[in-house]
Amino acid sequence: MFDASTRPTTLPNAPGVGYKAQHYTDLTNDPGHVAWLEIHAENYMGAGGRPLAQLRHLSERFAISMHGVGLSIGGEGPLDGDHLARLKHLNNWLQPVVFSEHLAWSTHDGAFLNDLLPLPYTKDTLTRVSDHIDQLQNTIGRQMMLENPSSYLAFAESTWSEPDFLREVSDRTGCGLLLDVNNVFVSATNLDYDPRAYIAEFPLDKVGEIHLGGHDEDEDEHGHVLLIDSHGKPVVDPVWALLDHVLSLSGPRPILIEWDNDVPEWGELHAEAARASKALEQVAV
Amino acid sequence: MTATVSQTTFRTAILNGQSDRPLGLTDAQGRAAGRRFDVYRNNVAVSLTEALETGFPAIAKLLGAENFKAIAGMFLRQYPPSSPLMMHYGAEFPDFLQGIKQLSHLGYLPDVARLELALRRAYHAADASPIAADALAAIPPMELGAVAFEFAPAVALLRSQWPVHALWAFNLADGPKPQAVAQDVLILRPEFDPEPHALAPGSGACVDTLMHGATLGDAAAQGTAAADDFDLSALLALLLNGQAITKITIKT
Repeated sequence: MFDASTRPTTLPNAPGVGYKAQHYTDLTNDPGHVAWLEIHAENYMGAGGRPLAQLRHLSERFAISMHGVGLSIGGEGPLDGDHLARLKHLNNWLQPVVFSEHLAWSTHDGAFLNDLLPLPYTKDTLTRVSDHIDQLQNTIGRQMMLENPSSYLAFAESTWSEPDFLREVSDRTGCGLLLDVNNVFVSATNLDYDPRAYIAEFPLDKVGEIHLGGHDEDEDEHGHVLLIDSHGKPVVDPVWALLDHVLSLSGPRPILIEWDNDVPEWGELHAEAARASKALEQVAV
Repeated sequence: MTATVSQTTFRTAILNGQSDRPLGLTDAQGRAAGRRFDVYRNNVAVSLTEALETGFPAIAKLLGAENFKAIAGMFLRQYPPSSPLMMHYGAEFPDFLQGIKQLSHLGYLPDVARLELALRRAYHAADASPIAADALAAIPPMELGAVAFEFAPAVALLRSQWPVHALWAFNLADGPKPQAVAQDVLILRPEFDPEPHALAPGSGACVDTLMHGATLGDAAAQGTAAADDFDLSALLALLLNGQAITKITIKT
């Protein structure tokens, strides 16, 4: 039986990790500093089997954040009605404490490209994204959080800064925001701005969750450093420092460690959660 | 006027590495995005190739890493995913392999891919409650021939003219070297792990008939017609132990 009586109803201001099936035993034996879990919604849209059975067990014990990676909120076309229905179904079944998606697009003309693709920050995009978020929130009957992307390039047509754009979407739709601190660092490095200036502009009072992850380092054809959001490595020191800065302004928040590629042993992932826990302790006192 | 970039343009440029990169995408200095755009091209191609590799590990092994990558690259451009459910990606891959002339000497590849696809489908199939392992014993012998079964959603049958199970096992599960025989494979999922079973002679015909709703009597006749040494009781034991049957009805 599904027993939801003992589980938390909000995300605690504590570390969580992106759930990977290979960590199931370690995690259930001793979660250590990990207080909550995030799942990619699309991985749990099958009809049955082990993924849903494991998730049911985990959700009886941990607060779960449902993170969508496939709705294509920034898509030029209409939202995929089938996918909205699947999100609604999973939300009703799982009853996650929060739900989030990305400021990005991934589907166009019926093709899903399996990547978070960038958007120009224009009036048209603002209207479209806000309409889609309204539709989503009305369909599943709850607030969502919108996550800032990693940027590798800029659109010449953009007329809004990203923090202003996100603030406006939030004001129009009532959605919350998910602040990915690694994404801020990656975008700021790639596009030559000060990540602290970005944070200063960001409406931190709307932030219900923070993401941290690792990135790869490359360079463009002009020899400019090009950071790639890969979620395949430990979080780097400058990103931890930026987290400290954010927390000093925002106060404690739930912090997720994302590690999706070259997934490490539980111990290494847990060490990242322990470090996030330490960062939170510093702002608590 | 500032160039605007439609998602049609973006998508086309991502999937076709030979096409021009869209105008209107820049670095912080306003210089045209070259390698910066290629990050997206790379992310899409790599992530879809990896999804195919995860979904078709035996095909990846049979073709070798380089060949698989080249073929996956062709496939993903012709058949990008049609939904964000990556667990379903690659349904067209077996037929796609079948259509590649350069692979026609590896005639068994499409069926090995079908087996891998069926295993993945079984993994995500709906849960079901099987009948008790001794449920058939409770039926009077006179009525056994009129019994029909309902099967769990995870159950699948693949009938092949190739040693498809042996090829799969040889490449992924330390199986012996495949012999040149036709193999029918039954996929069962007793709890959560799909298991491919190579069927004994006649069993494929029998299960095929049963899965179409026919009675055990008719299905057994099909099994016997297909192979003199068809062993019905061994097949029934396999189905019952593998939790394949969810309901028994007696057709009158």
